[in-house]
Amino acid sequence: MIDLSLLPDGGLRWLEASGPGSHLVLSTRIRLARNLARQPFERRMSAGERQRVLAKVQAAAANSDVLRDAVALRLDTLDLVDRRLLLERHLISRELARLERSESEPQGGALLLHGSTAVMVNEEDHLRLQSLESGVDLERAWQQVKVVDTELGQRLAFAFHPQFGYLTSCPTNVGTGLRASVLIHLPGLVLTKEINKALHGLTKVGLTYRGLYGEGSEVVGNFFQLSNQTTLGKSEEELLEDLGRIIRHVMTMEERARQVLLRDAPTVLEDKVWRAFGLLKYARSLGFEEAMNLLSGVRLGASLGLIKNVSMYTLNKLLVFTQPAHLCAVAGEELPEDAVVIRRADYVRRTLDEEVSRARRAEGGSA
Amino acid sequence: MSEKQLCTQCGEREGVVTLNRIEGGTVRTDHLCAKCAAEKGIQTADAVADTPLGGLLAALGTDLSPTPASGAGEATACPGCGATLTDFRESGHLGCDLCYTTFAEPLEELLRRLHGSAHHVGTSYSPPDAPDRSIEETTDSLRERLKQAVDREAFELAAELRDRLRERE
Repeated sequence: MIDLSLLPDGGLRWLEASGPGSHLVLSTRIRLARNLARQPFERRMSAGERQRVLAKVQAAAANSDVLRDAVALRLDTLDLVDRRLLLERHLISRELARLERSESEPQGGALLLHGSTAVMVNEEDHLRLQSLESGVDLERAWQQVKVVDTELGQRLAFAFHPQFGYLTSCPTNVGTGLRASVLIHLPGLVLTKEINKALHGLTKVGLTYRGLYGEGSEVVGNFFQLSNQTTLGKSEEELLEDLGRIIRHVMTMEERARQVLLRDAPTVLEDKVWRAFGLLKYARSLGFEEAMNLLSGVRLGASLGLIKNVSMYTLNKLLVFTQPAHLCAVAGEELPEDAVVIRRADYVRRTLDEEVSRARRAEGGSA
Repeated sequence: MSEKQLCTQCGEREGVVTLNRIEGGTVRTDHLCAKCAAEKGIQTADAVADTPLGGLLAALGTDLSPTPASGAGEATACPGCGATLTDFRESGHLGCDLCYTTFAEPLEELLRRLHGSAHHVGTSYSPPDAPDRSIEETTDSLRERLKQAVDREAFELAAELRDRLRERE
């Protein structure tokens, strides 16, 4: 199995819940799609060409200030569980993870990781530069990824066209190649049935929403990924401004919905939150979707101050570490589904117990 | 990561398409197998994965077929990679950066529909002064691309690659 201690912080700094608006927003991600000039795009490349692109990117990264010390993971040398683990950490895309048995090995596919920035190599595009920040912080994420873009763009010849901008394999990404997405928790809007209104019309302003794992994934645990849909015809700053404005609006709506729930249905709300906590604390078997939905309830309770002893960091950690590949990694072996649900319940129970006793000790110490 | 789901419609086959819908304020997720998805007029996961633009490209239909005046016919192959408009329509992906120049006219229309614009107004970029052409121009890679071009019967491209190889040798 992959040795994640190789990664300075396991690539999990975005879990810290230290960024702005962390009570509602888990993370902000910006990615830039880039390709090398005069070189077939990923789908038409031979194995040799993939390897050469990888060598070229690695050489450029080694020469750069920002990626010189990056950890490099070759995906074609990792087994399925490890690739799934990186996907669950939001460090690689589904495309690069190639999880389906029918899919070929991700030849020449690699991940370069340094702090909160990363480069995926030989994904749908030759390069996908990305930055991942805690909370809602488009500005910081943009500054981070821009440095990587500038440094690599000085060392590699990117495919660029005066009219169409940065050229990408799929024309949905052409122009800026920029996709910014914010992972936001919206239980208040779902409970008050206002979610439709909040997300209605997103496409009209060039935005879209997806589930926890991006394109094609389900909405679970009331987590929505809001992102820009269009990449051409607006500058990078304009795209980020538009998304930022909508995010602030959706956050205000969510805050308002929570206040309405607290005012009009306090008992119903408290009951929902504490039931979720009780189930997580005592269940002996938990399915993934069930765990996500219960964690959503506890998260709502914690951010409203109803549940006091559980931190956002712990809840973020639970979201990541209760996923199948993470449970297998902790167990040190591949587990069948009936074992995964038991391990998941064990892990959640243990984590919540530790968290609650730590909080009690802290209270006792300060009294 | 969700576990494998049975089709919500027939309950027999494995769901390959995930549908998220907001109904009456709640998010409803359905899983459909390829057969039930097709019956509902939805593309299967395979088709969607292969052509993220699937629906739009299909809707564009003949719009993407250039007029003879545009210079790029259905069979015109990109000098960079040998891809044709038919390849693009089938895969939803361009073959290389030169495809954007070769198929500029039909692409402009598609980009306007996708993005509401066909003009980049973001950061401008100039490649480094002395671009290292070692990737695209090594003799080995030229030979490899020549072989691929011949396999694909993209003879125009093959001829150009052969000339470039001769120059080098």
